[in-house]
Amino acid sequence: MARICAEGLRIEFPLYHLGARSMKKRLLGAASRRVKADAQNRVVISALSGLSFTIESGERVALVGHNGAGKSTLLRTLAGIYEPVGGRLTVEGEIGSLIDPAAGLDPLSTGRENIRLRALYRGLDAEQTAALEAEAGAFSGLGEFLDVPIHGYSAGMSIRLAFAMATAVQPKILLMDEWFSAGDAEFIAKAEARLEKLVTTSEILVIATHDMNVVKRWCNRVIRLEAGRIVGDVAGDAQ
Amino acid sequence: MSRPEHCVFSDAANPRHTERALADLRDGLSQWRLALALARLDLRNRYRGSVLGPLWMSLSSLIMLVGLGLLYGALFNLKLSSYLPHLAVSLIVWQWIAGFINDSCATLTSAEGVIRQMRLPYTLHALRVAFRNAFVAAHSLALIPIVFLIFGQVPGPEALLAIPGLVLISINMLAGGLLLGMVCARFRDIPPIVANAVQLAFFVSPILWKPELLGNAMVWMAFNPFYALLETVRGPLLEGGGPPLAWLAAIVYTTLHVVLAGFLFARFRSRIAFWV
Repeated sequence: MARICAEGLRIEFPLYHLGARSMKKRLLGAASRRVKADAQNRVVISALSGLSFTIESGERVALVGHNGAGKSTLLRTLAGIYEPVGGRLTVEGEIGSLIDPAAGLDPLSTGRENIRLRALYRGLDAEQTAALEAEAGAFSGLGEFLDVPIHGYSAGMSIRLAFAMATAVQPKILLMDEWFSAGDAEFIAKAEARLEKLVTTSEILVIATHDMNVVKRWCNRVIRLEAGRIVGDVAGDAQ
Repeated sequence: MSRPEHCVFSDAANPRHTERALADLRDGLSQWRLALALARLDLRNRYRGSVLGPLWMSLSSLIMLVGLGLLYGALFNLKLSSYLPHLAVSLIVWQWIAGFINDSCATLTSAEGVIRQMRLPYTLHALRVAFRNAFVAAHSLALIPIVFLIFGQVPGPEALLAIPGLVLISINMLAGGLLLGMVCARFRDIPPIVANAVQLAFFVSPILWKPELLGNAMVWMAFNPFYALLETVRGPLLEGGGPPLAWLAAIVYTTLHVVLAGFLFARFRSRIAFWV
């Protein structure tokens, strides 16, 4: 069973290359809540401070809040990219992240080469690689463009390829940064159907979003972040 | 989606530094296929559209070898038949080491885009840089047997000792990739310092000149780690094995390097994502 448990989770971004001392003083001077000095007297931005929550299997969580509230940082922490400076985090279950599907694409390689590269990133064997190549190649609908370097793609085409590769596996825990919508009308319909299947078959969904329609349609719990803290955690009535 | 990871567990009160650094190393090495593919892409992209492509690397080594060989052979009054084989091995191994050191400063900063988006072992990035530079060096490697053939320099069976020498250098590169990658990500003034140090090392190491020219002062050479590492490859190929002192020094330096890199990596691995 997939499960996420955070206790007093704290993430701080150090500001290393600040330069002048006066800048440090000014930043720390104002009674700021986010910018502060840590134990070693370095200036840090407190991105997440003391988050505690548990997400059980079956929960579809929307992270809402203003820009800079810490939504994306929390997603990256759940994905294991940032390690907390304080508190504990346990994530049980295979994680699939749609935080940035285009990360790791090589612009000078063809679509097909990029699919194989992605298979290597995921550590797939030869058989799984062939399956991913066939599946993602067909879903992206790129046809002959699959053998063209992707720097020759239109913006929509490369998003289609990235989406097709990212959604070809079924994780237990799905992390998303904003609902996905790009491409032409036909592709949007296809992508919606695929996302719906992904979301409904994954055990846990955590999505950072500003779109209340997405929250209403997909989520059954809303965690509201403000300045790196949880200010609201309510069970929604979606689904 | 990133690589499936079945369990993320971090506890700031019990960070398990060593255990997680070892896991990073193990995972990174087990993904050597990915590192190899990325290194090949790096080179392919670097020479995209170029007619000679990676052959430029062989060609520039050849030009350097002939130019420096003729000039310094005359300056030092050495016979080309003994000087050029020495220079060929020294220069090509040195170019490999120096290229790697300069490149490794960007091991982590150049992978920033991936580091911030995907959970991947950091060792993978070090491995990628090591592979990339090994490919570059392999393009000049052919010059060594050619020079040996021309001057009738036939190494004996002790040439096989060059293999442990190459292994020592490779271990240093993996450690160096992580160490320099981390230090340079955290302190952005380090890369130019490193570049200067490498340039200085070229002149104080016996590459252009033969260590014998130092006479009695040669015992001090053991304090130069570059000399020791160069000697583990050059000795077997040219001098029937190389001095035991150089081998001992090379092993000691490698051990120290690995311990230092391992310690810093274990201690600061979790901070890397915030540094790049």
